[in-house]
Amino acid sequence: MAYPMIEIDNISKEYRLGAIGGTTLTAELQTKIAKLRGKEDPNSKIGARQHEKNERFLALDGVSFTVQPGEAVGIIGHNGAGKSTLLKLISRVTAPSSGEIRLRGRVASMLEVGTGFHPELTGRENVYMNGAILGMTKAEIDRKFDQIVEFAEMEKFIDTPVKRYSSGMYVKLAFSVAAHLDSEIMIMDEVLAVGDAKFQSKCLSKMSDEAHNSGKTILYVSHNMGTIQRLCDRCIVLDHGKLIFDGNVDEAIGLYLRHGGGEGNCVDMSAFERNQWVTKSIQMTQMNLVGKNNCVYLQDSDLIFDLFWKTSADAVIRDLVLRCTFYHQSGAVAAFTTVGLGNSGPNEEHYNQVIISLSGIVPGSYYLTFDMNEVNADGSDVWNDSCEQVTTISIEKNQQQKAEVHSDHSSMIPWKHSVYGSVRLYSSIIKERREKI
Amino acid sequence: MDENRYLTIIKPRSGWFDLNLRELVRYKDLIFLFVKRNFVSMYKQTILGPAWAVIQPLLTTVVFSLVFGSIAGLAADGVPSFIFYLTANVIWAYFSSCLTTTSNTFIANSSILGKVYFPRLVMPISTVLSKLIDFAIQYAFMVIFVIYFWLTDSGVHPNWFILMTPVLLLQLAMLSLGVGVIISAATTKYRDLRMLVSFGVQLWMYGTPVAYDMFSIAGFAPGGKYYGIIMCNPVTPIVNMFRYAYLGIGSIDWFYYGISWIVTLVVLFLGIVLFSRVEKTFMDTV
Repeated sequence: MAYPMIEIDNISKEYRLGAIGGTTLTAELQTKIAKLRGKEDPNSKIGARQHEKNERFLALDGVSFTVQPGEAVGIIGHNGAGKSTLLKLISRVTAPSSGEIRLRGRVASMLEVGTGFHPELTGRENVYMNGAILGMTKAEIDRKFDQIVEFAEMEKFIDTPVKRYSSGMYVKLAFSVAAHLDSEIMIMDEVLAVGDAKFQSKCLSKMSDEAHNSGKTILYVSHNMGTIQRLCDRCIVLDHGKLIFDGNVDEAIGLYLRHGGGEGNCVDMSAFERNQWVTKSIQMTQMNLVGKNNCVYLQDSDLIFDLFWKTSADAVIRDLVLRCTFYHQSGAVAAFTTVGLGNSGPNEEHYNQVIISLSGIVPGSYYLTFDMNEVNADGSDVWNDSCEQVTTISIEKNQQQKAEVHSDHSSMIPWKHSVYGSVRLYSSIIKERREKI
Repeated sequence: MDENRYLTIIKPRSGWFDLNLRELVRYKDLIFLFVKRNFVSMYKQTILGPAWAVIQPLLTTVVFSLVFGSIAGLAADGVPSFIFYLTANVIWAYFSSCLTTTSNTFIANSSILGKVYFPRLVMPISTVLSKLIDFAIQYAFMVIFVIYFWLTDSGVHPNWFILMTPVLLLQLAMLSLGVGVIISAATTKYRDLRMLVSFGVQLWMYGTPVAYDMFSIAGFAPGGKYYGIIMCNPVTPIVNMFRYAYLGIGSIDWFYYGISWIVTLVVLFLGIVLFSRVEKTFMDTV
């Protein structure tokens, strides 16, 4: 058994809240002198209690895991969960407060696109610069230079100062340098977000190739679940500095999505954040899943929910439509339906019970978005209200149903959402002929 | 294969001195690329390009010659006041530009340093080296004038001490690196020092015989009341020796030159210790 490539052993990182570094030398001296003379600190806020001044914040709290060579590990979590702090510690930008990290390889970290790119220098000069910052020697870069430029598709612009580059070109070149490093560990923080879809896909293939064929170890942070699913074989979920899950990618993503946005079978939507373009003539206030105390549905069952909404003082609503969009956890739209809600006047409170048949949607985790639209005679629509990620439902395989159709093995193939989508069309044979030839 | 070839252990900050010189050597290419970057980016899109390096000490020298030489009438020890001020200005410019730039290392580069690891000392070292290019241009300019005044027999007597030039430069580089690095380590927490640097360097210049000739001022000349004090400034013996080498004026005091070296080494050592203590976690406070 080979040694693990990365061993993270009970790592914590603590930050002091409040005035970090913002003090001046004189203020610090005043504080010290006051302490020596046993007087009150002239710089503490009046009424501030002592422990508040030294309030501490654990960005990472006792995180441990190991990564084997050749593994591609995704790290997900909501903003402030500690993902970036973790990557910063591994790439040695800052030191942990306690714990230990053991790395058995050189680290190429891309916490930011084009670190050290100088706008005045040409692409060529910056490739050398960036490569050297990431730890390559000049000879190594010489050897890889053509590959780097070719991968970035930048042959034409390599002698142009990078300040004339578009942001996409910038990313391409920067990523290309990092991807061609002779390092054993590659750390990526949300860097692919800027490139176009084609280049993103090329990068993912490159990284996945490096991991699976060249044995590089990859740590990848992203909010884009699709790329996580494509690249990673394993996924870690962080929440408030703690590691809450380590394992299967799909399960991790499901957990992550349930932790954010709406959750549960009774959702108060009045507090949801609305987009700017919403007219606010309608406000959805409450959504209750009917007959459920969890959010698990069997395949081909019905989703029934109560929807409460009210109209504003100046609203005159004609031909209102509720649009329900189901998103798969990877972020791809899975299914869509509309419900007509008719007309309504100002200052009204409404209640509707809605039933949606889930037949055809394959098992998985889905989150729902509700929009209220008025549809004009000319087909254009007005956005009256909109709530994203109202709740997440999980659709599970109906074991009974499977037993009934046990002769049909075609329904047994494992469903790949990224390839097949989220709807399984019903199909069966209605005519059949069999002849000997 | 050796599994632990690249073993790195990342631990909380500990100890006073964990400087990794081997690693610094591994990053030597980066040092040279930084030097190149600093130089190229400085003069890109300027019409005069590196000629700007000459203009600054030239103008200072002209101002000094006018104000101190002509108006205040300070003597220049028998040599034309222009060349007298120029020699000291060229060497002082190297020291002061190194000092001000290295003292700003962490703050000016926090965007790079916050995103990627490399030995932090790479930054100040490359600064000191890239200022050497500016110095070389100014130095060439100065040498032309020294030769001109020497040929026209204006009391300028270059001598074998010219061979000491690299040693003097090395010492200045070490001293400015040491002082700059101490200040940069302190500025990660106390921004006040940054204000101090710009006028501190000004004051330091007046404490060094750049704009005047210490040998023609009674109190400062050897045997004078303040001679010991002004010679304790580690830059003074360096400037004196530089002037002696190219102009043949003043004198060399080996005792104080030795002290200057001791101060340089102590400051450099202290600077590096402080720097290595701060470099691991400065990103949290900068």
